[in-house]
Amino acid sequence: MSDTATSDHATTTGMTHNKLAMWVFLGSECLLFGALISTYLVYRGRFASGPAPGDIFDIPFTSVSSFVLLMSSLTMVLALSAIKRGDLRNNRLWLLTTALLGSLFIGGQVYEFTTFFREGLGYTTSPFSSAFFTLTGFHGVHVSLGIIMLMSMFISSLRGSLRKEHSETVEIIGLYWHFVDIVWIFIFTVIYLVPSPTS
Amino acid sequence: MTATTTVEDVVDQPLGVYTRPTGGNGWRDWITTVDHKKIGILYGVAALFFFVVGGIEALLIRLQLATPNGTVLGADMYNQVFTMHGVTMIFLAAMPLSAAFANYLIPLQIGARDVAFPRLNALSFWAFLAGGIVLNLSWVMGGAPDGGWFGYAPNTGIVFSPSPGMDFYALGLQITGVASLMSSINLTVTVLNMRAPGMTLFRMPVFTWMMLVTQLLLVFAMPVIAVALFLLTFSRLFGARFFDPSVGGDALLWQHLFWIFGHPEVYILILPSFGIISEVIPTFSRKPIFGYPFMVFSGIAIGFMGWGVWAHHMFVSGIGPISVAAFSLSTMFIAVPTGVKILNWMATMWGGRIKFSAPMLFAVGVVSMFTIGGLSGVTHAISPADTQQTDTYYIVAHFHYVIFGGIVFGLFAGLYFWWPKVFGHMLSDGVGKVNFWVMLVGFNLTFGPMHVLGLQGMSRRIDSYSPGFGFELWNMVSTIGSFLIALSIAIFVVNVIMSAMKARGQAPCGPDPWDARSLEWLTPNPTPVHNFDEVPVVESLDEFWHRKYGTDDDGRVVRVASAEEVCEDGSAVGVHLPPPSFWPIVFASGLPFIALGLIFNLWLTVPGGLLVVMAIYAWIFEPVDDPDAAHGDHDDHEGDEAAADTIEEAPVV
Repeated sequence: MSDTATSDHATTTGMTHNKLAMWVFLGSECLLFGALISTYLVYRGRFASGPAPGDIFDIPFTSVSSFVLLMSSLTMVLALSAIKRGDLRNNRLWLLTTALLGSLFIGGQVYEFTTFFREGLGYTTSPFSSAFFTLTGFHGVHVSLGIIMLMSMFISSLRGSLRKEHSETVEIIGLYWHFVDIVWIFIFTVIYLVPSPTS
Repeated sequence: MTATTTVEDVVDQPLGVYTRPTGGNGWRDWITTVDHKKIGILYGVAALFFFVVGGIEALLIRLQLATPNGTVLGADMYNQVFTMHGVTMIFLAAMPLSAAFANYLIPLQIGARDVAFPRLNALSFWAFLAGGIVLNLSWVMGGAPDGGWFGYAPNTGIVFSPSPGMDFYALGLQITGVASLMSSINLTVTVLNMRAPGMTLFRMPVFTWMMLVTQLLLVFAMPVIAVALFLLTFSRLFGARFFDPSVGGDALLWQHLFWIFGHPEVYILILPSFGIISEVIPTFSRKPIFGYPFMVFSGIAIGFMGWGVWAHHMFVSGIGPISVAAFSLSTMFIAVPTGVKILNWMATMWGGRIKFSAPMLFAVGVVSMFTIGGLSGVTHAISPADTQQTDTYYIVAHFHYVIFGGIVFGLFAGLYFWWPKVFGHMLSDGVGKVNFWVMLVGFNLTFGPMHVLGLQGMSRRIDSYSPGFGFELWNMVSTIGSFLIALSIAIFVVNVIMSAMKARGQAPCGPDPWDARSLEWLTPNPTPVHNFDEVPVVESLDEFWHRKYGTDDDGRVVRVASAEEVCEDGSAVGVHLPPPSFWPIVFASGLPFIALGLIFNLWLTVPGGLLVVMAIYAWIFEPVDDPDAAHGDHDDHEGDEAAADTIEEAPVV
């Protein structure tokens, strides 16, 4: 994602290669999560002898962690706004805040997985459990990769190599971050908000 | 990553320690190259190698089935060989050979210096090769995949397929899938973003258009097979219950996911071939392509409709009458844009001054043989008939007419057509014609009788059959035909070697050997490392042809310039090119360790993962460019003082 010679040149669409590539990649990601969400929808009622989704979900807890993740999109926007203004100090502040909010969400997911496991929902318990952990796990991996990219930018900024002219790098990673948040809105709705079967 | 001390150092040379390799012509240059032309050649060589491997597997299948109660392969080995034949031919031969053409030709046809992300392009190739190696390592590491290329659950589960073969299948294809995804994003951005001035979308050659549609299909199809393969991997390695019917796992979920990928995949395979012959047929008919907008829009239509027909692979799996009726109809509809293309190719030839050189013969072979496969395809769309045909050799006959007749013939047309572009000398046309006719006869002898066998009721995927069902004659004919195909491939190899020997020490074949039409022929043969001396300004479809021909006062077409006058001489120096890089191959070399680690011992994933992570960070912090590495400074133009005036930097990512 390093800023390169490309951004100095006119492209046919007017959009830089990096940004266009990120958009195409996110289009591809839609199908990845689409297939995973479909798998979950097929299996949400097939909990065999294990816990049913309706018995186990803690909707207030997950609502709070979802709120945390969505707020990180706001801080991401603030980070981009700061670097566009050349305000590197605030850029670092908001990058770090975004990464922290993302980590808080991941922490919530770890806590949730642990609780579910203690209540008898292992990865191999039922098609429902496998599909649940795979879908939310894939999302968690995406958030974690986002955190790594945010922290890489934060460290670059400390070293002085992320400056005003690199604001597009922040913007592109921001696109990824917002995408992962939007996917969570779908996942949260499908898994938690739609009434789940109980045993 | 040693710590650098001051901010100034960092600014000048990010993290300082990662130097870039410099050019040369030895093996080091090939493994570090980011040149789209060299990567195209690498794709081509690897694909042809795997094509031979898959072909040997096909010959083993035919030897086993030549006579009743065959004993060449046992049942278990037969399952492995036919599975690997399908996987190899589709993922390791046909797709990468198309990628070879895409890589080499797309930048040249749109007037670009390279692809949008040269290093990512190199990574795509090395990752594909890593995936191919992982798949084929299975032969010596516990047994090859044995569940068919379609891998239907729960037959691929640990219960019914206890050897590690299907793990190799899932992880090997996952790696090649990631390679395809990266390549497709790269080439999509290239076509959308790097066209020369004046090269509007509707001045792009049909080949580039079909490749763009193919790349977009890949962008959206690859994640679906990725999910299917993840579900299979997690089921086999970590005990997930996705496909375990005893607790409510659904075997049809795999089929849906696989074919939502699998049917677009059919068009991913055929559209490049359609693109190739859409360049060959106008050139050898000496006419512009008939109905260019129709050709483009029918390709786009195929790209969209290809997403709405997947369940025709599942007519007998119990998906219900409404689904069957709907998919039956959509399948019949998709024959329409394909039919439009067939008619347009024929209309292009109609009234043309046709020259039947080898590329044209192969192209006409596509039009005729693919039509046969298309017609038998329509018979499958009629679901009551399909119920009878499913799982018989009639299906095998159909898809080989489409895949071999449509794709292999098309790719050979491309090989003969663009060989002088790539290597600077022609393949022998006479030997090429023999190659074509032997292949055509062998192909029809091999797959034609399978229609009969299928309608007689011979099941596909069986390893042997009993005498007395009337299968003997046609199976023997089919086996003889398959060896004729092998002979035709041998003729091709001989042609390649003989033509190369003949060309040694002689001057390149000169510009424009076929009186061609599109922009790639503006560059000399073989293409110089920097592609175009000057970025061309495009004024029309078939730009190159319009630079050679005009009309006289009576409106007749007359030649206005010779190829030598129009073509560039490749003498530009100082062209700024993307410098080579070590990291793509380092990144890719970590992937087999991760795959083998997941299968055998998780500790192996540690070095694999470290290689990948190291490569990613090294990649990002690699110096963007070496200011001294301009093209003219290290190759054969040394001493040439005439600096070209053009020179735009090629993008480097």
